[in-house]
Amino acid sequence: MSAAQTLLLAGDPVFADGVDGAVLLIVAVKVLVAFAVLMVSVLFMVWFERKLVSDMQARIGPNRAGPWGLLQTLADGIKLFFKEDLLPDQADRRVFRLAPYLSLVPAFLTFAIVPVGGVIHIGERSTLLQVADPPVGILFLLAMSSVAVYGVMLAGWASGSKYPLLGSVRASAQMVSYEAALGLSVAAVVLVSGSLLTSEIVAEQSGGLPFKWNMFRLGFVPFAIFCLAATAELNRPPFDLVEAEQELVGGFHTEYSSLRFALFFLAEFMSTVVMSAIIVTLFLGGPAGPAPDGGILGAIVPIGWFLAKMFVFLFTYVWLRATLPRFRYDQLMDLGWKRLIPLSLFWLLVLAGMRVDRKYGFAVFAGGALLGLLLIRALQIGRATTEGEVGHAPAFEETR
Amino acid sequence: MGYFDGFKITFRTMFEKRVTVEYPNEKRPKPERFHGRHVLNRYEDGMEKCIGCELCAGVCPARCIYVRGADNLPDAPVSPGERFGFVYEINYLRCIHCDLCVEACPTEAITESKLFEFSFTDRKDAIYTKAELVVDDDGRPQKLPWEDWREGDDTHTSAWVRATAPSGNARFEGRVQWSGELGYGVRAPEPAQPGGAPAPAPEGANEDAGR
Repeated sequence: MSAAQTLLLAGDPVFADGVDGAVLLIVAVKVLVAFAVLMVSVLFMVWFERKLVSDMQARIGPNRAGPWGLLQTLADGIKLFFKEDLLPDQADRRVFRLAPYLSLVPAFLTFAIVPVGGVIHIGERSTLLQVADPPVGILFLLAMSSVAVYGVMLAGWASGSKYPLLGSVRASAQMVSYEAALGLSVAAVVLVSGSLLTSEIVAEQSGGLPFKWNMFRLGFVPFAIFCLAATAELNRPPFDLVEAEQELVGGFHTEYSSLRFALFFLAEFMSTVVMSAIIVTLFLGGPAGPAPDGGILGAIVPIGWFLAKMFVFLFTYVWLRATLPRFRYDQLMDLGWKRLIPLSLFWLLVLAGMRVDRKYGFAVFAGGALLGLLLIRALQIGRATTEGEVGHAPAFEETR
Repeated sequence: MGYFDGFKITFRTMFEKRVTVEYPNEKRPKPERFHGRHVLNRYEDGMEKCIGCELCAGVCPARCIYVRGADNLPDAPVSPGERFGFVYEINYLRCIHCDLCVEACPTEAITESKLFEFSFTDRKDAIYTKAELVVDDDGRPQKLPWEDWREGDDTHTSAWVRATAPSGNARFEGRVQWSGELGYGVRAPEPAQPGGAPAPAPEGANEDAGR
């Protein structure tokens, strides 16, 4: 077997008997279905967010287009499609045109590695319910979330205007900072699962609900850090400094209009949906849940579980937006660099210690906790001294 | 923990009553003294109340009123006095519906109906002339084709005047201090303030009114 074949086989069991017409058809159908489902879920998500936020503000929200306003997003899309497409004079034309795709395409691609259900059987063939299962799965996730930064960054840079530029400066700082915390909490998952394949990470969490889920197995801390960092990575409230309507008039997409703006909009909501799917995959066992064995029901019920878990996160994202005010830039950096990254590093060490030996793990935990307390005390003393000096300075002048 | 109080509030609000009124389908009842499109009133005998004094035009902060008075012809008078409003125009692209004209008017000639749903496709249509502002022979405002009149908008055309006439003094509760209108006669006094018994009007109330 050649290396290429091994790679293909690792990708999906459907390739086991070589590639023929039927296999290509299955793959094509999977791609199309994933694309369509993702687009429809984005339409739904935009409507859901607007409706839920208005519920939380005692308003009614969109209710004109279609039943309960469900087609509102479609109507908005059609409107944007027919609007004039503006290109600023100062803009870097090529990059300006490229940027929306740089933020949309990674969101699509990331969804490809999410296992939505288990293995299904079509006739004699069986296939995974995910578009691709590359051996580098998790690295692919990290790579794509990094590429998405370029979309925002280049959009701001290429606009040739001050607000987008400020927005993109914030974006690059924010996304690069939180990428670290995100990566470290994913590293904890990989450490325990021992695989980069998303399908294996999911399979490993199944059975023994819900305490085999990584959320509980890793001691909740990596899950919490991942959720926080993912929210920052998505530029969603309370971490939406990048867009900050009140300060930056929309930030990086100020100069965008018409379809290119629609693409950014789509990308943002698609990233939200995809990131919820990723959280479910990494920490909540993906489609794991009580389901009958085999049959059509056995294929559908896990998908239902997956969607139900995803819905919890989608709801939470909207809830966060309706509740929390925006972080200040220094608070954001403070949270990222001084809290999340040290905490996730420490937790990774503890988990690694636990893998070696339980006693060793607890020793690492105790040592880390002790060092942490010492560090906090030192910071307190340092802060008190500095403030004391500032406070005493006028009195010192007076005595002279 | 204080951090989660906000989440509780937003969650609770989801199940509370909505404050939104779905406007074109569903309309709130208008307040008694709502400021809408103006009308020029007439006395019960059909004479116009406007005397062409231009006080409304003088007080108007938006300068949207244009008035020119003229002498009444002795054998065909338009108003009971010496002069009448010969030209009366209001530009609704400028009017802010502050009702200062209504307050300034010495004869209660100009008041406001409750109509606010009207629009124009031509600037010239926005200037209402006397022909459009004067009430018709029933004492009702004229319903022009581009106006969207609702039930009750046209009946209470002078509530503001009656609320404040003659001086807004509580001692005038229950006293009629205004002239009759074509189609309605002398309007009943406004109801007393809720909770308080109507104060008996003391002697000399009319002297107060004169000041």
